[in-house]
Amino acid sequence: MAKSIKLRAKAKDGVATVKCLISHPMETGLRKDKKSGKMIPAEFIQEVTCEHGGKTVLGAEWGSAISKNPFLSFKFSGAKSGDSIKISWVDNKGASDSLEGKIK
Amino acid sequence: MNQNRRVLLKGSLAAGAVGAAVSAGLLTPKAVMAAWSKEAFEAKDTNAALAGAMGSSDTTASDKIKLKAPDIAENGAVVPITVTSGIDGTTNMSILVANNNTPLTSSYAFGPDTEGYISTRVKMGKTSDVIAVVKAGGKLYSTRKEVKVTIGGCGG
Repeated sequence: MAKSIKLRAKAKDGVATVKCLISHPMETGLRKDKKSGKMIPAEFIQEVTCEHGGKTVLGAEWGSAISKNPFLSFKFSGAKSGDSIKISWVDNKGASDSLEGKIK
Repeated sequence: MNQNRRVLLKGSLAAGAVGAAVSAGLLTPKAVMAAWSKEAFEAKDTNAALAGAMGSSDTTASDKIKLKAPDIAENGAVVPITVTSGIDGTTNMSILVANNNTPLTSSYAFGPDTEGYISTRVKMGKTSDVIAVVKAGGKLYSTRKEVKVTIGGCGG
């Protein structure tokens, strides 16, 4: 699951706006495969965490009702340009990925 | 009936997989916050989901929470939702879709420096109220908005 996260973060007046896109199928487990008629097993991200300077700024818990290829945006203060932030996610199958990016 | 049993089994297996990953040291403890609130996310009605996610279903309507969502969503699979909380000391936020099979879409825990702002995209099965619930100073505040859905996004 390498490179599943796209991250943009911008700091303005000490407030960082973080936007991230994660490529993930986000299957609810309620859909049927049209060809085989079998249920497609659930596969969705359960936890997303963002860290800045060793502190967790956002902990998110997601259910299957978040759209496919999820988008998430949030803001936090006390950030400056050049700081690095880390986004990580874990899905219900135990797959995970993380990305470290710099705030512009 | 049998179908339900399968789903439940799968759910518990999946939860087991996450647990295994944790114990194998693949995930740092920091990445694993409180265990994923399985009950809240599987709850079938809004109050039960809220009680699981936020500890209570007793909310006060507040106009300090701004919920930005389209009036009409053409595609229920992708409905952009933006919630801005103007309440000081916002610590948690949940976004629910009342008429979805499982109303709780997501919940967020904010750090001390994080502003009460979340923007994301959710799935909606049919026309429904979208409810944003904010926890500040141990109290729950909520605001809601109806979004009309022309094509559902849950199930195929």
